[in-house]
Amino acid sequence: MHVIKASGLYKRYGNTVAVNNISFTVERGVIFGFLGPNGAGKSTTQRILTGVTKPDAGVVEIASYNLSRQPLKAREVAGVVPEMANVYVDLSAWENLMFVGEVYGVGKKKRAERAAAMLEVFGLFEKRHLRAKGFSKGMKQRLLLCMALMGDPEVLFLDEPTSGLDVQSTLIIRELIRDYNRQGKTIFLTTHNIEEANQLCDLVAIINRGELIVVDRPENLRKTFTSLQTVEVAFQPQFISPDLLKKTDVTKRFKKQGDKYIFYTEHPGQVIFSITELCRSEGVDILSLQTLRPSLENVFLDVTGKLNESGGKENDR
Amino acid sequence: MIAEVYLHLMITLQRSLAIAKKNARIYYLKPPVLIFGLLFPSFMFLAFSIGRTINPAELVPALLGMTILFAASSVGPLITPWERQAGTYERLLTIPVSSWHIVVGDVGSSFVYGLLISLLSLFLGICIFNAGPAYPIAFILVMFLSVCCFSALGAAMAALPTDQLSNVMMLSSLIRLPMIFISGVFVPLKELPLWGQVIARISPLSYTMDLVRWSFGNPLYFNKLTSCFMLIGFTLFFLYLAHIAHRQANRIF
Repeated sequence: MHVIKASGLYKRYGNTVAVNNISFTVERGVIFGFLGPNGAGKSTTQRILTGVTKPDAGVVEIASYNLSRQPLKAREVAGVVPEMANVYVDLSAWENLMFVGEVYGVGKKKRAERAAAMLEVFGLFEKRHLRAKGFSKGMKQRLLLCMALMGDPEVLFLDEPTSGLDVQSTLIIRELIRDYNRQGKTIFLTTHNIEEANQLCDLVAIINRGELIVVDRPENLRKTFTSLQTVEVAFQPQFISPDLLKKTDVTKRFKKQGDKYIFYTEHPGQVIFSITELCRSEGVDILSLQTLRPSLENVFLDVTGKLNESGGKENDR
Repeated sequence: MIAEVYLHLMITLQRSLAIAKKNARIYYLKPPVLIFGLLFPSFMFLAFSIGRTINPAELVPALLGMTILFAASSVGPLITPWERQAGTYERLLTIPVSSWHIVVGDVGSSFVYGLLISLLSLFLGICIFNAGPAYPIAFILVMFLSVCCFSALGAAMAALPTDQLSNVMMLSSLIRLPMIFISGVFVPLKELPLWGQVIARISPLSYTMDLVRWSFGNPLYFNKLTSCFMLIGFTLFFLYLAHIAHRQANRIF
């Protein structure tokens, strides 16, 4: 069953098309990662999905409620953690939660129980009566998550939930996302942190320049993008002329990363053979050599056009 | 059908009440509210009363009229621009509240603040000048209607599509200050020049002042019922204006 359904979303700001005809569906119980570089249209799409921004065209359905026709019903089943830590800083953590709970129609007793339990989980219970003004960014982000969960939503929208947070807060938030998902809830995670998406998401969508490029499982994306398999080699001496490396002929796509060279290829065996031949003829040693399957980061960089850009720069050196 | 309407009404009240309580906790003690809601009418009152021999039955209604206007309309203009600036307005757009819930919540918090300050002024008027209303129940009704009206005015001003508090404060001063000069606060309406009496009809404060003066035993200028209906009409107009402005502003922000 679709919990989120976006059809033909289109949004324009002046002459810039921020979101161009985006359509996708998210099934119940899925952690859906929404990836894209800065300015790709991720946040605009999330703002449209959460009702903050009205699209110029297109329809959003949340748990079968049409967001433009039944906005209150749709919002009742959704919890939102925006990128900006917009808690009420003049209220205490407790008052923030009571306010949201009251708006969602949670009874007084249940509200208090739920708030206490969540604050305990997020390590904020001791500071529940302090004004949020004095909270760190991580604490505010945790409080935002508590607020988003007060209504026990069917679907949770998270916009860069761990961006700029310390390791402890990041781990707490990731663990909560997993826990909440285990209860059968749906999570829409907007992020530019590919590793986070890789660790958490069942499905990822990659958006670039307002257009949806691909939607698939992270594992399938890795399999599909076989041309992104890599051979990682460290030479002795460390620096090799790019012209010399181009002689391998098997791949023109390579880049230097730290003290290693990364070769992108569909045929790692042929690249290894060419490199060893080259080293033998040029008197260069190989310190280490390993083949790697394409990472989600490579897929992301490839579909957003950044990999060629980055590889090209290295080749030109 | 009736059950549905009742449920809808209950949900509206519950959500608006939550917003009103949140507003009260955050905004009642903010400096702009204290300045415009308490200090400003007090200074205006002192400026026009010190050194002049004025009958308390004339003076106290003027003080009360100004207090009702400034106190009731001091919280409303602050809320929305403040929240837009802090990003918390966006939070309201993602939780199950409509622009009507926000407007009713904002008016509710302004109403309670306006009512409390107005009652305090009445108490001071009685204690210091020994001048209480001749018709107390009528005065309470007038105060209720007027505080409602000016709270709605405050909410309408707040819905201006800006996140700059100074813009809204400038607009609110631009509207409220001239009102006290054309509404019979310091000079009874019947003593205003003809053009002044015509302009006074478009100010809700004129109807408040007339009814407040009457409840203190002074003669009426307008008809009692007309004034009440005018205040109700202005309230509905300001509420609608606030609702429309919120919806328009949501497209901009």
